[in-house]
Amino acid sequence: MHDFTRRSLLQGGTALAAAGALTGPALFDFAKAWAQSAPWKAEKGAKLTVMRWKRFVPAEDDAFNAMVAAFKAATGTEMNVFSESFEDVQPKASVAANTGQGLDLAWGLHTLPQLFPTKVLKMNDVADYLGKKYGGWTEAAAITCKQGNDWLGIPVATIGGYMTYRKSAVEKAGFNEFPKDFPGFLEMCKALKKNNTPAGFALGHASGDANGWLHWVLWGHGAYTVDKNDKVIINSPETVKALEYCKALSDTFIPGTASWNDGSNNKAYLSGELYCTANGISIYVAAKDDPTKKDLTEDTYHAYMPVGPIGKPTELQLAVPILAFNFTKYPNAAKAFIAFMLEKENYEKWLSGARGYLTQTLNAYDSAPVWTADPKNQVFSQASKRALPASGIGTPGEKAATAIADFLVVDMFANYCTGRETAPGAIAIAERQLKRIYR
Amino acid sequence: MADIALESKAARRPIREATRWDQLRANRNWLGFWFMLPAMAFLILFLAYPLGLGVWISFTDARIGRTGNFVGIENYEWLWDDSIFWLSVFNTLLYTTVASAIKFAIGLYLALLLNENMPFKAMLRALVLIPFIVPTVLSALAFWWIFDSQFSIISWSLKQMGLITENINFLGDVTWARICVIFANIWRGVPFVAITLLAGLQTVSPSLYEAATLDGATSWQRFRFITYPLLTPIIAVVMTFSVLFTFTDFQLIWAMTRGGPVNATHLMATLSYQRAIIGGTLGEGAAISNAMIPFLLAAIMVSWFGLQRRKWQQGENND
Repeated sequence: MHDFTRRSLLQGGTALAAAGALTGPALFDFAKAWAQSAPWKAEKGAKLTVMRWKRFVPAEDDAFNAMVAAFKAATGTEMNVFSESFEDVQPKASVAANTGQGLDLAWGLHTLPQLFPTKVLKMNDVADYLGKKYGGWTEAAAITCKQGNDWLGIPVATIGGYMTYRKSAVEKAGFNEFPKDFPGFLEMCKALKKNNTPAGFALGHASGDANGWLHWVLWGHGAYTVDKNDKVIINSPETVKALEYCKALSDTFIPGTASWNDGSNNKAYLSGELYCTANGISIYVAAKDDPTKKDLTEDTYHAYMPVGPIGKPTELQLAVPILAFNFTKYPNAAKAFIAFMLEKENYEKWLSGARGYLTQTLNAYDSAPVWTADPKNQVFSQASKRALPASGIGTPGEKAATAIADFLVVDMFANYCTGRETAPGAIAIAERQLKRIYR
Repeated sequence: MADIALESKAARRPIREATRWDQLRANRNWLGFWFMLPAMAFLILFLAYPLGLGVWISFTDARIGRTGNFVGIENYEWLWDDSIFWLSVFNTLLYTTVASAIKFAIGLYLALLLNENMPFKAMLRALVLIPFIVPTVLSALAFWWIFDSQFSIISWSLKQMGLITENINFLGDVTWARICVIFANIWRGVPFVAITLLAGLQTVSPSLYEAATLDGATSWQRFRFITYPLLTPIIAVVMTFSVLFTFTDFQLIWAMTRGGPVNATHLMATLSYQRAIIGGTLGEGAAISNAMIPFLLAAIMVSWFGLQRRKWQQGENND
């Protein structure tokens, strides 16, 4: 009845072994048992075409493919998975939504399902099933995927970005632990500069890094691009305070941050010139994998983004939701696959394969082994809990995504910090563009 | 009986009046049209249609994956008041003017040099072409490293020599960033200008130089009154192409600065890409790229109608 082969199982097993996870037959047994008891039975002869973003950590890809192979073997569903780079996922998904063909599932970034709410398969049953089973969804993840009471997609994971710093430098600057508030953080950066062990954060068009830390500064001061009703409120005293704070910070940075892209801080940190930055866990993972960087690895620690005057965490973390299109011929297979991925037996191994790069959105996975395997991973386990959705307090969706993609907030800060514009001038430019996007 | 019947039928055929279809098939004028048809279809499909579509999209609020509604000139009105758009126009003009002028000067100088008799002439001429052969993205990435804020080889060398104490902020400082991208463009564009002008120089008849030398002309006079006038048509063509390439440059900027720092090196092409493809607002992006058309047309007009006039080539009083 099941259309699986020994070969597909072995492939899955090999990939998992590479990821240091469990072996093929065990995974398959689970998959088979799961397929029989799951609420969604894949249609006979189902075929799913899945688009995902291109992985950063090879072991994560291996773990993902192992799940795909096991699902295929257990349900007989033909799986066609392909990857696209970060920038290409959204355009391709939009075209599929527009033409009604080509893809069944799309695993993308930020608020992807919100871009075409009428073209997606409602995932309410899957979200309920998983939420009940695994301790509920984090707030940011739920907002990212929900429209009213409907789930437009499932928030598979979050890619966290946190302070990555050299402990020796921070201690030398007079801080026994990493500062937890904005004034302390500024003092530390000043001291780091004085010791010639500077911090540095991207002020260039770095889609991940620059958007991440600058939204954190903005939100931390209680300033937002738009309010709950999507009214543009960037022109506020809070924004001015955020700009002032950022300017003071940027004066302590290593030179050149205005030209940085997403990879620049990784390079500078790994070469030993940069002592504190905000990044995904990739810097630490790269250092760990390089035998010549043993000292740097041991000296590297992670910390939460300090909490701003607003008094609660305001991090922008990159959500990665998956959606199924409503024109798929096999809705049950699609739902089954999504639920299957997020089951404990799969998901914890997947998180381990991602080595901290991916963070869970289901509360029960706080205890996943990846967070304790290396204590330095722990910080990243909170990424989805401490995050606001990419839209801040406004409606998640296309408009918020456009504002981020066009670097409105990044350019506003960069304009002021590099001295090209006054604070009111920088805000006016951003306000004008926001008003057009949110018209 | 049967034979006769057939014969008469065959004999009747030539008298039949030529149909419209026969005319279309046999008429010489129409024949020309038929031969042109493939080329026309090609041009319409790959040039006219995309251009027309681009113009149409700029009048809509289209986004990626979704056809937009007609919004008239709203996109253009918006750009008219958009300081970043005007900054990109300024950047593009600065980039094109400075880079093209320097490319022309160096290119002409190189061409004159290579036109002289010297050892290893063929090899030297081939070497000059190297920057032109390397894929643009690769050379742009190389320049990105050369001008990196932390790992610049230039900063490193100067530091080793003790001339500076801190890295030069090549791509993070507005002025430096502009200089760097223009430098990279010049490096890449000079071979094209040099080799094409060299080809032009070789068409100048040596007898003219001989005659001028006999009359006692200095080398400057020989250049000014023989080489330059005879080279003008080639210069017009080369500089038109050079300006067009520079004006529409995308790869160098995108790979080196992404338009940064703070949009100081954003060209119209890169801004159009950022807004249309990355930001998803196709209509606005199309409007930006359409805004390039008048500038490009002007550049073409100047060279074709200006530089080709004989007055420009042969002195004031000879129209």
